[in-house]
Amino acid sequence: MTAQTQVQGWTREQMAKRLAQDIASGSYVNLGIGIPELVAKFVPEGRTFIYHTENGLLGMGPSPAEGHGDPELINAGKRHVTANPGAAYFHHADSFAMIRGGHLDLSVLGAMQVASNGDLANWSTGKPDAIPAVGGAMDLVAGVKNVFVITQHCTKSGDPKLVSACTYPLTGQGVVDRIYTDLAVIDVTAGGFQVCELCPGVSFETVQALTGAPLLAAAT
Amino acid sequence: MIDKRVPSPAEAVADISDGSSIMIGGFGEAGSPIELIHALIDQGASDLTVISNNTGSGEVGLAALLKARRVTKVICSFPKTLNSTVFPELYREGFTALELVPQGTLAERIRAGGAGVPAFYTPTAVGTPLAEGKEVRAIHGRDYLLEYGLTADYALVKGVTSDTYGNVLYNKTARNFAPIMAMAATISIVQAARVIQPGDIDPEIVITPGIFVDRVVEVPEPAHESELIAAGVSYP
Repeated sequence: MTAQTQVQGWTREQMAKRLAQDIASGSYVNLGIGIPELVAKFVPEGRTFIYHTENGLLGMGPSPAEGHGDPELINAGKRHVTANPGAAYFHHADSFAMIRGGHLDLSVLGAMQVASNGDLANWSTGKPDAIPAVGGAMDLVAGVKNVFVITQHCTKSGDPKLVSACTYPLTGQGVVDRIYTDLAVIDVTAGGFQVCELCPGVSFETVQALTGAPLLAAAT
Repeated sequence: MIDKRVPSPAEAVADISDGSSIMIGGFGEAGSPIELIHALIDQGASDLTVISNNTGSGEVGLAALLKARRVTKVICSFPKTLNSTVFPELYREGFTALELVPQGTLAERIRAGGAGVPAFYTPTAVGTPLAEGKEVRAIHGRDYLLEYGLTADYALVKGVTSDTYGNVLYNKTARNFAPIMAMAATISIVQAARVIQPGDIDPEIVITPGIFVDRVVEVPEPAHESELIAAGVSYP
């Protein structure tokens, strides 16, 4: 049994809810596929986030009722979505001008590995038999003002995802600002990983033991 | 009187020859010009290079064109689909080559190609495996990759409304790559659910100006990939 299975951390929903607390009202946000999508369920009361989906929609709304999907109104994960009042459609070059041009405030992505210098690996295992597919991840991390990663602290087999250097192929160099895991909220600083907040009941030592690089204690 | 209408998808793609490069619009099934792709399968051109964001679903549309072994290279950002094994098999077999391009770089290469810009520098993919072999240049203290503009012999795209001059409107997120592909191809072919007369579209809302479009074919009730797949269709 790995150490992680003995630790009761935040659920995926709690991780998403925690992340949502750190998004300012009025932010333009791109949510990646998977856990990042959950963030939209936890918008703090009184705040408005405007969601960008890179296939050409700003002002993306929630999924439509079952059976009411439009095959020509989808998100980057190719699922049916809706358009909120005030939405806009645009072509792909404009969509990535928003991304690369620094117009989006926040990109929330999943990760396979994050290094203590902010390097991110989240698109390929690098295995020779894998079909490589990258989508828009490299553009998002290169261009969006802030990049938050939301991920389990360790892989299913218990290996640390927060490491001193990524072994998987990189998505971008030095791009991650903050990481939300089931155990902690961790900033990427000039000095490396710094704990910002621990999940209640989880000790710094436990998180350190499950992290593949040195952790700095929370600033006081 | 300019009239870019062509009577059928078959006639719209009739002159595509072996070895052609073809940009195909669509992001997943949204905007995929299925009727034009099926006409191309019927037409028989092979050894094609296809530039498209994905590689199709099931065994219809773009996946069917691949399955028919007509495509020897794809330039693409995301060649994986949950419900299609067509591309992975052709890729592993070595029949279809892949040039993997980050999605925004793909879009900008197409836009640049259509705009007469031969190359540009971008921050995307610096320091990653997709930068290998590419020129890196520091500009204002940050590293950028040199990427080249993309053009093609043909573009196949789907609009919702066009006039006979080729001014095109799109539907929601089905717009995606269509406007830039129409710009970047020598011969741009649009299928539209409705083709109307010049003057019937407010010039203020035209998305693709007709100068970028060569042929327009009316396809009144275009199919959607998901519906064909749900119906068990495997084209042809």
